Amino acid sequence: MDSVAQRLSAVGAGAALELRGVTRMFGALAALTDVTMTVRPGERRAVLGSNGAGKTTLFNCITGDFSPSSGTIRFFGEDVTHFPPYERIRRGLRRTYQISALFTGLTVQDNVYLACRGVSRGRFSLLRPGQNDALMHAADNLVQAVHLSAVKDQRVAELAHGQQRQLEIALALAGAPRFVLFDEPAAGLSPTERAELIEILTSLPAHIGYIIIEHDMDVALRVVESVTMMHNGRVFKEGVPEEIQSDPEVQELYLGGGHE
Amino acid sequence: MSLAQDARVAVRPATMAQRAVRTWPEINDPAAWVVAIILLVMPLIANGFFLIEIFASTLILGTMALSLMFLAGYGGMVSLMQLTIAGFSAYMVAVFGVSGNANISLGWPWWLAVPMALALATAFGTLGGALAVRTEGIYTIMITLAIGAAFYYFTNQNWAIFNGHTGINTVATPHFWGVNWRADIPFYYVVLAVAALCYFAVEYLSRAPFGLALQGVRDNPRRMAALGFNVNAHRIAAYAFASFVAALAGVLQVWNYRQISPGSVSVGACIDVLIIAVVGGITRPIGPFIGALIFVLLRTFALDFLVRVGLDGNRFRLLIGLGFLAIVFWSSDGVIGLWQRWRQSQRPAANRPGGGRGHG
Repeated sequence: MDSVAQRLSAVGAGAALELRGVTRMFGALAALTDVTMTVRPGERRAVLGSNGAGKTTLFNCITGDFSPSSGTIRFFGEDVTHFPPYERIRRGLRRTYQISALFTGLTVQDNVYLACRGVSRGRFSLLRPGQNDALMHAADNLVQAVHLSAVKDQRVAELAHGQQRQLEIALALAGAPRFVLFDEPAAGLSPTERAELIEILTSLPAHIGYIIIEHDMDVALRVVESVTMMHNGRVFKEGVPEEIQSDPEVQELYLGGGHE
Repeated sequence: MSLAQDARVAVRPATMAQRAVRTWPEINDPAAWVVAIILLVMPLIANGFFLIEIFASTLILGTMALSLMFLAGYGGMVSLMQLTIAGFSAYMVAVFGVSGNANISLGWPWWLAVPMALALATAFGTLGGALAVRTEGIYTIMITLAIGAAFYYFTNQNWAIFNGHTGINTVATPHFWGVNWRADIPFYYVVLAVAALCYFAVEYLSRAPFGLALQGVRDNPRRMAALGFNVNAHRIAAYAFASFVAALAGVLQVWNYRQISPGSVSVGACIDVLIIAVVGGITRPIGPFIGALIFVLLRTFALDFLVRVGLDGNRFRLLIGLGFLAIVFWSSDGVIGLWQRWRQSQRPAANRPGGGRGHG
């Protein structure tokens, strides 16, 4: 049973993310039931499903915001089921939030700088960053990448919604991400901002895989190679975008309801 | 946003490479220079009473409130035990050092007793913090208040170390290099130096990774964890730093009064520190000192004022209470907030920078 593939998988060369039988109960309510899912490194996948299908709970279990009631989660081969969120993040996992979770009292630059600092050493450093601080430059580049250079010294509370969504993504791309969870990144964006978002997602380096929760099929199916359809906390269907789109059951469940 | 920050925005070089990352607090605000010079030459202006009873007291109380401002303003943690930590430090100076109670005090020289007191008080505050960070909001207030109340009753009842309700009297103060450091003028400078050190340390830390991360924890602890930060460890570290600042103030306090008794660590006194910080403003480190000055002036002169208008002088707390009400009603960020809004209204709209730095 000890094949080379298995041994390689154990040291992290296998799946980026491997969920086995993940169940999450809220009291008597099962938000997730027996979710099993494997995502390859560099794979880009959409998770679709109606409200209450368990998509965001799935993300919360993967990042450790909640721990699953049962089941295991492996990240690049390592069992992270009982790790606190920050340990998972330090291993290369990232996420964005459906409702922007930003530091509204700080500037854009400081937000991104914190994101860079969080996944490097010196989180407790008592020394101010100097002029040639590498993380400051990294933060500058990231701010530029999400088109926020013009407002980088503004407090986040003063930003427009679209800009806050861009910043939300920037925070998830700091450091060296290996796998990112995007929770409805296009929510509330204008068509122009959507185009920018698609550009950012499609230009991510090939080794960075992600899962995206997105109601907008135009965005979702353009930036992924595989789709997981969820319903009532269970995995309902998996496949490539074309299969899912043409699947009659999926259409009835999800696309039929006036989503065109 | 502050004067200093505005000026920094104005002088920011155009090139990215030289972007103005402040590596050391700059005083480029004329008002700050004026205040600094007045504080330095104060012994030439003020008599001994004003120097110690007003200004040294203000700086000591301000430093205690500064430790609360650091926790509450940057960390979003309202701790009511900052005075308790200062009081613990004061007791330890009396217990380890020299005092009139020879059967309690160990008689160590001040340069041994003070580091010991600082270390023990910092450890005490850090432990209290480790308990408090498991809770949020009102429960943090309750836990720290409970620690403060427990310490007050403990000092009242313990005779072996804390000498019960009489406390420890005639605490020795340092004499070296031929100077009596408790004489009015030297003591004023000692207090000023410690308060300035704490002020600049807090101001400096607010832009260092540790302080920025603390502000991140205040704004959104869950996101901080999702960025790789161990939120509770950060909060406990903040308590450790704030405890050290409070402990320094406690040492000055016991040298100032030369005695320490349970009355100084009462629950009422714990709440005074909160009032001082809130009245001054917890968004910036200068706030607690402004709050302390108002508090000390009221405490000292309200009595005479009330008697003059025919009221009972002991009602000076009524004035403080009314002032507190008025300030929290009109300005949620204290006197500092009032002053900043007034400055904003004085400035032409075009000059206003787009945003303030993250002292929020």
